[in-house]
Amino acid sequence: MTTSTSSPTSDERSWTAAVRSRAVEALPPEKLLPDKQPAYVASWIYVFGVLSLSSLVVIIASGSILALKGPGWWHFTGIGHFFNSMHLWAVELFFFFMVIHLWGKYWMAAWRGGRARVWITGAVTFLIAIPCALTGYVSQQNFDAQWISTQAKDAMNAAGIGSFFNLLNFGQMYSYHVLLLPAAVVGVVVAHILLVRRHGVVPPFDLQRRRELLGANGGGPADDGAPR
Amino acid sequence: MSRRERLAEEERYREWKGPYRSYDIVKEASIALGAVLALVLLLTILFSSPDEKPSTVKSWASSMPLDFVTTATTELDGSSGTGSYGPPYNDANGSVQHAWFLHPQRWLGISHPINTAQDFVLAPLRAITGQPALQAAVTAYEDAPSSQQSAWTTAYEKGLAGKSANATASGTISVAQGNYGPLPTMMTGLLRFAQSGGLDGALLTSKQFYQTDYTKPLMFMADGGLLAARAQTDHLLGDQWGMMNETGSYPGQVWLWLYTFWYQITPLQGQNADLLVMLIMGALSLGLILIPFIPGVRDVPRWIPIYKLIWREHYKATA
Repeated sequence: MTTSTSSPTSDERSWTAAVRSRAVEALPPEKLLPDKQPAYVASWIYVFGVLSLSSLVVIIASGSILALKGPGWWHFTGIGHFFNSMHLWAVELFFFFMVIHLWGKYWMAAWRGGRARVWITGAVTFLIAIPCALTGYVSQQNFDAQWISTQAKDAMNAAGIGSFFNLLNFGQMYSYHVLLLPAAVVGVVVAHILLVRRHGVVPPFDLQRRRELLGANGGGPADDGAPR
Repeated sequence: MSRRERLAEEERYREWKGPYRSYDIVKEASIALGAVLALVLLLTILFSSPDEKPSTVKSWASSMPLDFVTTATTELDGSSGTGSYGPPYNDANGSVQHAWFLHPQRWLGISHPINTAQDFVLAPLRAITGQPALQAAVTAYEDAPSSQQSAWTTAYEKGLAGKSANATASGTISVAQGNYGPLPTMMTGLLRFAQSGGLDGALLTSKQFYQTDYTKPLMFMADGGLLAARAQTDHLLGDQWGMMNETGSYPGQVWLWLYTFWYQITPLQGQNADLLVMLIMGALSLGLILIPFIPGVRDVPRWIPIYKLIWREHYKATA
């Protein structure tokens, strides 16, 4: 019997090696899990990104427990109601933190320096989270769900969406709420985080450069066209 | 700023070449998760969460019997909210919306067909056994010409709107004398069936054993007054900014404040309000995503220097 003696070096033509090589090039370990960051990252506003992410973790954890026991459990057990309350407050905090995070990033113009995709994935996360929450509200199986579904259906129907996204169909809404939309939110959030790690946190506006240009222009319009 | 200057600036901001400081991302994430978990637990212990019991057709027919009978009669002649709605339930026009050349509701067609007379009244009545007089009344109604059916339902609706009209929790209906044909027998049978809880089950019956689609019972109940009465008490109506409210005093979907704001503006309160608001919010959502590419909107952060507050430590250190 013969045994193959393959080389320990990887085959450059392999698809696997190519994907690994590109992934490591785009996100080397020190970028993915950094132990240093730019000195200008020193404001409370930076906390709201990780707080949004932490809220999402609590939402998924509490929602998973509710899903394990089924949609009716929380109505007739104290422990079920407790986890439902955790789920609700984590959602409220998630939106609160995310809105502050979005505003903070807007005022930093955080899309500068080739970071447009970072902004886009953040905005898309916020927009997908809205139907994710709505499908949760209409899956509650209580009066709230009855009222919200019968009212919100008119907007869905008017836009034609109601023909394939029926808020009054509990089974369909529950599927959207526990699988399809959370998967979309998590997917976009993962892309957002990887893009942040790849491009880094946006640097501050360069005031020195701006002053130089102002001087060169003799007090004319600044490089960014900002009003004086 | 010219295109060349903007591209040069993009390059300058691409990578930070200044000083760095130490940072422990795993520690920061762990502390944040712990803090949020503690805050969620605190809010849960202090405030819990709302859970108001759902209404049923039985509770509606028992607490508001006259409203139930009136609604059921409008379902029979198709003049109810559902009967006159249009797509995706039927081919009526009552709630069909459009904006300019856009008719998405009509384009997508009828995907959840509801025949209010058949689904909400006649089929449930046919499911009641052991009442030959009731079945004879249903047969008389079904065999009558549509003009006769219409004359009966119109007269009965007028009778039910009269001051002397009454219906009770024990299943009796009294209206002024009139030519109502078999309707009093039919509606008394339907009211008693609903008050016994039978109609809740009948409306859910589908082609299969398992059921998760509540479109029909919810549409029927929404045509009546019970859900709206409860919603008003809980400040959930549209003109109460109800879209972002929650039962009790809990915060609801506060993030919908801009969406519900448009409904408070008079020009957007007409027949096509929902579609217009959806179009406005769709455009604004697209705008939010594309801010980095929208001149003016992307420049506001430069013009209003809130960034000087955010990066004040950096500017102090580099001054």
